[in-house]
Amino acid sequence: MPSVELVLYQEEFQRLDQALKKLRQEANARAIFLIDKTGQQIAAAGELDQFDTTSLASLTAGNVAATDGLAKLIGEREFSVLFHEGKRDHIHISIVAKRAILLVIFDDRSSLGLVRLRVKRSTQDLDHIFEDMQQKGERGVATGPAHSSPFSEITDEDIDALFSE
Amino acid sequence: MTFINYASREINCKIVYYGPGLGGKTTNLQYIYNKTAPEAKGKMISLATEADRTLFFDFLPLDLGSIRGFTTRFHLYTVPGQVFYDASRKLILKGVDGVVFVADSQPERMEANIESIRNLEDNLKEHGFDLQTVPYALQFNKRDVPDVVPVTEMYRTLNYKREPTFEAVATTGIGVFDTLKAVAKLILIELRKR
Repeated sequence: MPSVELVLYQEEFQRLDQALKKLRQEANARAIFLIDKTGQQIAAAGELDQFDTTSLASLTAGNVAATDGLAKLIGEREFSVLFHEGKRDHIHISIVAKRAILLVIFDDRSSLGLVRLRVKRSTQDLDHIFEDMQQKGERGVATGPAHSSPFSEITDEDIDALFSE
Repeated sequence: MTFINYASREINCKIVYYGPGLGGKTTNLQYIYNKTAPEAKGKMISLATEADRTLFFDFLPLDLGSIRGFTTRFHLYTVPGQVFYDASRKLILKGVDGVVFVADSQPERMEANIESIRNLEDNLKEHGFDLQTVPYALQFNKRDVPDVVPVTEMYRTLNYKREPTFEAVATTGIGVFDTLKAVAKLILIELRKR
């Protein structure tokens, strides 16, 4: 079977949240998103109410997936950084810990050079957090039902109730 | 790949609608979008050609309510059905939790249905999945068209593992939510096993 689900606990969520807030401040960005490669938003910071965050996550993942496909077609392992330049706002996309996407939206109050520099530094912190998440997830599986997800106790009634509304 | 977020108490799952071109995958999503309360859905995105054929994917985020205190959120995707978009189809299956196969009931599309199921099987394998174990529902769409293939014959030809199977007319909504519910249930049952 492929990789198990991604589990995000409160502690790691707070660490990610802090890391994104720090990056946002240092890069002078409008907003930062951390997105799973399948298109689910993991964490975000900045002017979130300005964006349709769910659509942003899904389209970013599609964009990265298509670019990965292009890389493989020409014999590259991946294109690790993507940059989209707009008239006012720009998007910088990079890969974190092989499984997540870091999306930075910035305008002319920042610059591509500054964003690249700060993203590079921040990526190391994020890599560590993802390593811890993975280890915690694996420990959770190894230690069995006592630490397994609350969903092991989902009843048929719970599931039916979801669809009765 | 189910994403369980303890911080925001959410479960996120990905459902992919698969099937041959012009079979009604996008129509399924459009119907779901139109019939879902505004607070339970996000924006529907369609990356389509000028002729309204799916180019990359359609995307619809849905909140189904809460289970054990966790908001259950399903991300619905369609793939482009046309044969030559295979590279895009593969990408969209990444991290899939459940698949709906939308089959076209017209006799002239039976070959395309069979080919598409084989293609699904192959593309799932490339991601390390096995259609035998992936939560999966089958839909016989376009039952309103004259001279369709009888259900028993479609079942005999297309049913893969006795998966839940539904007759549908996606344009009017018949069978659309039944199919979605069936695959969502299978995903949650799978989640319980882990």
